Amino acid sequence: MSQTSEKQRSTETPSEASNRVQVGLLGRALARPEIGALVAAIVIGIFFLVVAPPFRSAESLATVLYQSATIGIVAVAVGMLMIGGEFDLSAGVMVASAGLFASMFSYQYNLNLWIGALLSLVFALAIGFLNGYLVMKTGIASFLITLGTFFILQGANLGVTKLVTGSVSTPNINQMNGYASLEKIFSSTFQVGSVRVSIIVVWWFVFVAIASWVLLRTKIGNWIYAVGGNQASARAVGVPVVRVKIGLFMTVSFLAWFMGMHTLYRFNTIQAGNGVGNEFLYIIAAVVGGTLLTGGYGNAIGAAIGSFIFGMTSLCIVYAGWDPNWFRAFLGVMLLLAVLVNLYVKKLSTTRKVG
Amino acid sequence: MTDTISEHADETLTQGEALVQLRDVGKRYGAIRALKGINLTVRAGEVTCVLGDNGAGKSTLIKIISGLHPHNEGTLTVDGQEVHFSSPREALDHGIATVYQDLAVVGLMEVWRNFFLGSELTASGIPLSGLKVKEMKRIADEELRKMGIVVKNIDQPIGELSGGQRQCVAIARAVYFGARVLILDEPTAALGVKQSGVVLKYTAAARDAGLGVVFITHNPHHAYLVGDHFVILKLGEAVLDKKRSEVDLDELTRQMAGGDELTELSHELKR
Repeated sequence: MSQTSEKQRSTETPSEASNRVQVGLLGRALARPEIGALVAAIVIGIFFLVVAPPFRSAESLATVLYQSATIGIVAVAVGMLMIGGEFDLSAGVMVASAGLFASMFSYQYNLNLWIGALLSLVFALAIGFLNGYLVMKTGIASFLITLGTFFILQGANLGVTKLVTGSVSTPNINQMNGYASLEKIFSSTFQVGSVRVSIIVVWWFVFVAIASWVLLRTKIGNWIYAVGGNQASARAVGVPVVRVKIGLFMTVSFLAWFMGMHTLYRFNTIQAGNGVGNEFLYIIAAVVGGTLLTGGYGNAIGAAIGSFIFGMTSLCIVYAGWDPNWFRAFLGVMLLLAVLVNLYVKKLSTTRKVG
Repeated sequence: MTDTISEHADETLTQGEALVQLRDVGKRYGAIRALKGINLTVRAGEVTCVLGDNGAGKSTLIKIISGLHPHNEGTLTVDGQEVHFSSPREALDHGIATVYQDLAVVGLMEVWRNFFLGSELTASGIPLSGLKVKEMKRIADEELRKMGIVVKNIDQPIGELSGGQRQCVAIARAVYFGARVLILDEPTAALGVKQSGVVLKYTAAARDAGLGVVFITHNPHHAYLVGDHFVILKLGEAVLDKKRSEVDLDELTRQMAGGDELTELSHELKR
């Protein structure tokens, strides 16, 4: 019935938009993927401001932002990959692999650290490419493929480091050529008022901004949502599915490399066992931020808010004087709540309203 | 309602011109022969109906024409040139667009993003340059209005539209982006009577605008409403290949329902 009347109306006034439904501010806000996380972040923030007095200072905020950035940078890429419908479990250990590679290569061959950093980037991108290539060519779930790379890298990190250095950490590199410039890029700090802020926080904001732009305002972003939402449709209208997905895996490995460089230049040495378990933190940050586990939905701001919730709770539990061992339990509860809230909000915003 | 189609249809198309020709085309998946010796011509301004039961080879046939799976026997010619598609992009570049029953659109994406998916308008050719969002929304809204699909909000996820509307958006999109051959894969299979009517009107409009249409269905009634040429597939082979003037609805229905096998069966089941 309504279809006929609509049709008549449209033939009379073909391009008039008068019957357009105006969605209110609240409706539009609810339709955004990150809304659940934003509400959660505010609630948790207020809660800790009340129970953890040391949290009420600019200095603590800078520390929380730093802690958030250490997860947030890779979480942005993992979020994009999940929107594209895939997982990467190797992202956590890849951070350590990149740092180890850069450090040991330069040290053993006594080369400028820049060479090690660049070769390490090539190495990380190659692993990302391999992850993506294997997933696309074999059709095996990315969960399994990257679980494989995860174990390979975890073992190789320990094995190779032990073989080369005789211990499980790399030697100090702060006397080598190129240290000063690389340290400036990846791990310097600057003064804002009375607070020292790490440059990694700035990098985090930059990457979130770029990812947001790419996802919402570019052709590639459109394709990322499409391959995650319905791969067969995307392919049928000519979206280069294989290239998009391999590109996403390589984005993850690029940011994992970036984080590896930060870790290396912050501590000047890297523990071979670093990074294990972080892959789940990235995924949690993305999911808490509203990314759909099945792909096709989510955004970069959401993943950033998810990371912020992580940073805030991990530190505020200490500020509040609680036993930090409870942190993981809290994280699990957050994840479950986030999934439930997302489900509920999505139902609310996509239900067809009468009218 | 036919504005979009007649405006955007390729003007060089001449009625009856052979756009796509299949000669002795076959397809094997390993030891399994899905299709054998198919001859089919898609002409401008005609609707070629491909009918068949489940597993008859309809899907394989359209996958060959639309570039999802290459054929491995016989020849496929488009505009007189022999081709061998290795991706849907190549088929699209030849003006062959396919609208699939269940995978026409990406449900969670907005209507306008779906309309332009794969053919986005960007501010410049540089990678990562911005989309012309306003223009894309305006064009999508206008084109849909012209064909009588009024969406409440061009920003709503396309999954909220009805099945018929989604099919029409997909057809409109294909025509807007310059398709010369339109392949419709069971466009009416999941739809109610009224919505099927809308899609069939659309199919006829595309034909009248001079496009070559391949209409895949297992419903002979729908096929007979719009078809100019009918091919019935059974177990990967064509069992009927006739013009509209040579066949009537009863014969189509009888063939589709099993034909002679049905007569035999009714003998056996006689009570």
